[in-house]
Formats: sequence, C-alpha cells, structure tokens
Amino acid sequence: MFIGTRVQNKVNEMSTANSDVQLIIDGKRVDGRSPDDLRNIRIEAGILSEADGSSFVEWGGNKIICGVYGPRECIPKHDSSPYHSIVKCRYMMSPFASAEEHSRSGPSRRSTELSKVIREVFENLIISEKFPNTQIDIYIDVLQAEGGTRTASVTAAAVALANAGIPMKDMVASIAVGKAGDVLMLDLGKFEDNFGQSDMPIALSARDKKILLVQMDGMLTKEEIEKMLEMAEIGCERLGQMQGDALRRFYQAGEQESFRL
Amino acid sequence: MSHIRRDVMKKTLEKGTRFDGRALDEYRPIEIQTGVITTAEGSALARIGETKVLVAVKFDIVKPFADRPEEGVLTTNAELLPAASPTFEPGPPNEYSIELARVVDRAIRSAECIDVKSFFIEPEKALGLYVDIYVINHDGNFTDAATLAATAALMDTKVPKVENKKIVRGQYERPLNPTRLPISTTLIKIGDQWIVDPSRDEEKVLETTITIATTEDKVCAIQKGKGALTKEEFLNAIDIAFKTGKHIRDNLKG
Repeated sequence: MFIGTRVQNKVNEMSTANSDVQLIIDGKRVDGRSPDDLRNIRIEAGILSEADGSSFVEWGGNKIICGVYGPRECIPKHDSSPYHSIVKCRYMMSPFASAEEHSRSGPSRRSTELSKVIREVFENLIISEKFPNTQIDIYIDVLQAEGGTRTASVTAAAVALANAGIPMKDMVASIAVGKAGDVLMLDLGKFEDNFGQSDMPIALSARDKKILLVQMDGMLTKEEIEKMLEMAEIGCERLGQMQGDALRRFYQAGEQESFRL
Repeated sequence: MSHIRRDVMKKTLEKGTRFDGRALDEYRPIEIQTGVITTAEGSALARIGETKVLVAVKFDIVKPFADRPEEGVLTTNAELLPAASPTFEPGPPNEYSIELARVVDRAIRSAECIDVKSFFIEPEKALGLYVDIYVINHDGNFTDAATLAATAALMDTKVPKVENKKIVRGQYERPLNPTRLPISTTLIKIGDQWIVDPSRDEEKVLETTITIATTEDKVCAIQKGKGALTKEEFLNAIDIAFKTGKHIRDNLKG
C-alpha cells in the first residue's frame, strides 16, 4: 500500500531535478516492479447495498467504485429502443483524485471520451435484446487516481454488471501495456504514463480474447504492438481470476460484511 | 436506412465490392485545398468524396502549463456543424465531437511533428496553437478527413512574428514545417468484410470501427469505436493503415 507514496516521492524528486527521467534502473521500474508485474490489486463485489450491482477496485494508487442500475425504465423515453436495452455509462473523476491540484468537478472532455469507450466495451457483452425499452446504467467514480483509471474502470464495471445479474456473453478485463525507458511493460503507473514513450490500454473478453477496447498514444512499431498484445493477454487472464475470486467471495459470504475503502 | 438498402449493401459486400463500386480497400477521391482561411495562420479543406472538413490553425499568446513551463500549448477542438448532416444537432460538444478532437490531437501530439519548445517567449508567456476542426459536410469518415485536413493545415501554417510579446498579425517569422505527417485510416467491419474509408451509408450498418494513425514508420494513435475485433484483425488493420497512410502522405507531399 506504500507504493503510491513511493512513486509520488519519486515524481517530486524527478520534477525538481527536471532532467533525464530514468524509468528503468537495473531492470526494475520506479516502484520496484519487473516489466510484467501488475500493481497490487484488490477487487470487491457488492459493496453498495442500494445499487443492483456494484464493485470496488483498488489498483496501486487507484480507488474506483462502480454501481450498476437496471435494467430499468429508459429516461428520456425517446432514448429507448423496442429492440434492446440502452447501455449508458458515466465515468467521472473526483476533483480530489489526483496528487496534484484540485480539478474542476463535473464532466470534462476526457471523461466524456472515456465514458464512450467504456460503454462501447459493454455494448458488445450485455445481452441487451432481453430487455427492450429499458436502460442499464453503469456509474463509475474514480475516488483516487494513479494512472490506468480507464482500465481499472472496465475491470470494475464487469464485476458490478455480473453482480447485478445482467446477462453477458462474456466477461472482460482491461489493462494498459506501454513502453517506457525503451522497455515494454504491463500496467503503467502514472509516472510511467507521464514520462514514458507510449501507452496502450486494452480490454480483452475473457473467453474469446476479442479486443473490446484499444487506444494508443506514442510511437510504436507493429512488432512492438504485437508483443504488447501478448502481454495484455497475460495481464487480463490474471485480472479475470481476481474478478472471479471477488464474485465468488461475495456469493459465498452472502453479504459483504465489512467493506473498507 | 431501409432494410432493403441495408440487405443489398451487405450482399454486395459479401461479393467483395461496395455499394458505390469501390474495392474494399479503396479510398474515395481525395482533394486538399490549403490557405482557404486568410484570417488564420494556416488552413486546409480536405475532401474525401463528399465529406468535407475544414481545419484552421491560429496562434495566440497563452500561459504555458505549469508542468511544461517552457513550451507552447497545442489545443485541438472539433465542431460537428449542424449544417453538415441531418443527424447533427446544435448544442454543446457531444461525445462524437469530443472524441474526434481528442483523436486528432493525439495523432498530432504523439507524432511530435511540431516543436512546441520553439513557441516559448518568456516565463508565463508562449505561443498557443489552436487547431480548430470544422466538419462541414458529413458523408462518412470525418475522422480521416479531419486528420488529413489538420496535417495539411499544419503544413500550410506560418508562425507569426512576435513583437513586444504580442503577435503581429499578417507578418510571419517562419513556416511551421511539421517534421512528420500523421495520417489516420479508419476501418470498419460489416459482416465478415473489413473496408476502409466508410461512406455515411456504410457507417450506418457498421459492426466494428477502428482508427489507426501512422507516420512513415510508426503507429502514432489508435482509437477503437464500436464493436470487437480479434488480434489478427487488429494487426491486419495496422498493415492496411500503413499502406493507405503512405499513399495519402505521398499525395500530400507531391
């Protein structure tokens, strides 16, 4: 749990030095991980009693809650379809989420884009034809952020949807692969994202390994992208196990007795 | 779109051709006109078939970002004009215009084609470069048209003269001269077929869409929209993006 602080210290150190940023030292990353290590991840299902389904993901310094409502009446009515349920997604970052300044609350251009790409992940999975004239709401709130919130959000939302009992064709997990200090690495932290060369968040369906989300910035060759896809597959498989464990824990215990942020 | 039209379109694609007679990997005719807005420091109108996108580049004096105090600022904005399509409505930016602006921004930024360090004037003062995207007529694939117009507009841009920390409008220091030319290629999947440069009708029935921006030798931005794709389809899309990117870039240079 101290990784976040350690990275923050490193960031402070680097930004005051403002010189060459070393992202790989003796084959290790700034927070001591190997290139294919994930950060510490904790996933919990069913943490909100009022929501139809919910989850919490702590992922390095990220803390994200997700609540799912529905299928319920579609409002406004003209949004509804007689053929299928409408999936709506709202990704929001709290104004206190970043280690730097207080940001403006409310939707931003970034959050609007992320809400869209996350929605497009779940539109592929939810068997929406079962629920005509309804909507399914996915509310994602990032309470604390340390890089990789969109991938953590997808991972969290999949658990919350499963917890809501919404039928899906497949599960999904998501992780970023990137390039920093000329090394391809899994699960970029904020520091690696800010100072690295490239970032490619990916969401893969669990069974058929379809790409449900992919974005990229930076400069990469096709060969690098190919290698990164393989790394993402390994990462998503591990996340899938954690998602399953979280759901199994919840249904075995019956109720979530003591959830702690 | 009517069911008949939709079905005919799918059947045509199954035979390996398209509704408008194009091959699956064939772009519509491209036309670029630069210097169309004389009040801006650079501009271009890109046409892909009937799709028309205008990009104007304008400079202003701005305050640099706190984490990059010695760099100018690149800002990209996109407007889907209500006049451009019966499906566009007036109002604040929606997720499509925001996504468009952010994808084009990512392609320009990642390609590092502009030296923003050269925009520094003095502490707290730098040149800000505004890339404004106006989708004027939408007959499909406004993303590629916007990237193309943006790249062409940057090639057309001249950096204004700065005197007494103010921009002297109409007088120029030097051409901006972008070092790399990012070009995006949008591919969509209908049935089992992948096609490039979708028309508006094809976009109405698309199942999967992905946009890949490339420079000469690198991928510089990716954005997947609707749908799902396999690893093989993704890697294949990258190959096609390099191929069409090269073709368009060669045209742009020549």
